[in-house]
Amino acid sequence: MQRELARQFLYDMMLARQFEQAAADQYQQGNIAGFLHLYPGEEAVAVGSLRAADAGDYVVSTYREHVHAMVKGITPRAVMAELFGKATGCSGGYGGSMHLFDREKRFLGGYAIVGETFPVAIGVGYWLRMTGQNDVVYCFFGDGAANQGTFHESLNMAALWKLPVLFICENNHYQIGTEIHRHTAVPEIWRHTTPYGIPGKRVDGMDVAAVYDATRDALAFVRAGNGPMLLECDTYRYRGHSMADSGAYRSALEVQELMARDPVRTFRERALAEGWIRETEIADIEKQVQETVADAVQFAEQSPDPDDVRKDVYAEPFRLYGGSR
Amino acid sequence: MRSRHANLGHEPVTVRARELKVWEALNLALDEAMAADEAVFILGEDVGLYGGSYRVTQGLYAKYGEWRVRDTPISENSFTGLGVGAALVGGRPIVEIMTVNFALLALDAIINMAAKLRYMSGGQFTVPLVVRMPGGVARQLAAQHSQRLEHTLLNVPGLRVVVPGTPQDSYWQLTQAIECDDPVIVLEHELLYNDSGPFDAEAEPLPLHAAAVRREGRDLTLIAWHRMVGVALEAAETLAGEGIEAEVIDLRSLRPLDLPVLVKSVEKTHHALVVEEDCRFAGAGAEIAASLHEAAFGALDAPVERVAGLDVPTPYNGLLEQASIPDAGAVVGTALRILTPRV
Ligand SMILES: Cc1ncc(C[n+]2csc(CCOP(=O)(O)OP(=O)(O)O)c2C)c(N)n1
Ligand SMILES: [Mg+2]
Repeated sequence: MQRELARQFLYDMMLARQFEQAAADQYQQGNIAGFLHLYPGEEAVAVGSLRAADAGDYVVSTYREHVHAMVKGITPRAVMAELFGKATGCSGGYGGSMHLFDREKRFLGGYAIVGETFPVAIGVGYWLRMTGQNDVVYCFFGDGAANQGTFHESLNMAALWKLPVLFICENNHYQIGTEIHRHTAVPEIWRHTTPYGIPGKRVDGMDVAAVYDATRDALAFVRAGNGPMLLECDTYRYRGHSMADSGAYRSALEVQELMARDPVRTFRERALAEGWIRETEIADIEKQVQETVADAVQFAEQSPDPDDVRKDVYAEPFRLYGGSR
Repeated sequence: MRSRHANLGHEPVTVRARELKVWEALNLALDEAMAADEAVFILGEDVGLYGGSYRVTQGLYAKYGEWRVRDTPISENSFTGLGVGAALVGGRPIVEIMTVNFALLALDAIINMAAKLRYMSGGQFTVPLVVRMPGGVARQLAAQHSQRLEHTLLNVPGLRVVVPGTPQDSYWQLTQAIECDDPVIVLEHELLYNDSGPFDAEAEPLPLHAAAVRREGRDLTLIAWHRMVGVALEAAETLAGEGIEAEVIDLRSLRPLDLPVLVKSVEKTHHALVVEEDCRFAGAGAEIAASLHEAAFGALDAPVERVAGLDVPTPYNGLLEQASIPDAGAVVGTALRILTPRV
């Protein structure tokens, strides 16, 4: 592996871990409100898959999307400020944690209704195909989302019209408190693509390099005009579903087992063992990450609130009754 | 704004000032918009090869090909959501939902996504999506195929809801809806598609959300849209025989509502009656009446009333079906009662 890439993976994952910890702290302090879904344990999925993307590729993600947003290039400042609901946030404070957007970075949002990412992604794919563009759209979704009708409806249309969509399942084995064997008859999500003739593949979602390699292959397949593909990343979340959930429905043993496969720690150890990185470099990253996160929090704290509640309800505001002005 | 008279590259469907049917006017609007802008595309069930359930997309598949006139599987939520996704990145999709009844399966895409994405993204994205849907009580299609969805769609900030009823308005408003950068729901009435009416491609269009006075009068304002405009006009004719001059306003748009036109009329007539096909309880008429009371209470000599559909699922039996929606007789009866001075 290239040293530069290994360093990047480690930086991204360490930043992700620190960032989410800071978000949890800020939530406890009352600076962040609402629903907050954190990503620790799943870092290798967003980092491995999105580091394989081209800048022109689009991303459609769920409400658990802070890390996707940052890897796609939205600054930690803009993400943290959005969690704080500030005007400097990537959605101007109008979206919050579950609705991160960045037009320039082609980050088409976090969607908080489970199963919405599918139709949005095939819509982007349809447009790309119709206009002959070579970009790919990433469609993230959870294991629970695979039970929505939109999943099957969209797989069908994506296959039917050979749309350039890369479906990425973040299978963390839980749909809030319902374990996967209790929520789907076919817990291998990649196999759900069979009736639609879409290639599906399962990859170790705790291994950033494996996710990266699998994504590169999948992107090549999709970009070549072969239609969609689905990658199921087998992963785990260390925290509860959201800040409102302690995760008490999982056994301590289960969590312990998965902690032993911590994607951040295991990759750090491997990178050291393989000689991709040195201890001193890791210490540098550690410091850099801490500073970046502290800066993001400070930036969010000091940023102003948005002040126009009626803004942007309509692209073309009007004053008639029922308008926003 | 794009020219409404694109070079269609074939014998034009229309000549200046003539009669057209509603479906033909809609078809013409689609054809011109597609010729003028390659970002415009249509999708829905049977819109392509089949030509559309009400012929609205007839001929377009042959002309523009399958990528721009896309026959979809029966997956309303996902193909409407597909429209949302495409709109986010530069497309100008026109989704046809076969009838409003099936739009209930697409409300997530319409209400949770299309209506909110601009706001939630802090204004970064626009959703120039048009969703067309035929609806209303047609002829004995029974309860699941005879609904109106105004009540649900009106209460959604971010959506625009228009209700063209004439060929001219159908052409103008669909054209304007396609040009609009906001999601626009175009409600069409199944019984109006074959209505003929005067059509002038050169006439200066009314704004998308303007209400239109269809008949002037001094005694009472009848407020209606879609097929109920015809009912109101018929009632006005009868009332004229009794010496009562009713003004008939075709709303053309339900959100936003052209309240100034209503207020102006009521300041003249001092009486208003909403004629609505949808069920009475919590329908659009309730909003119209309430807002008129707020805006023009001083001008009103009597409360604004409603003649509306009964609060029942639409029955199959033809006689019962007719009894479940307003007719001119009911409008006349209520109008006379409103105008009878109370002692
Ligand atoms: C349509 C819908 N139903 C229910 C919910 C409530 N809800 C939010 S997240 C969630 C679980 C989703 O699980 P999964 O897709 O596996 O994603 P994960 O949170 O595990 O990443 C549920 C039920 C919702 N947001 N949307
Ligand atoms: Mg899950």
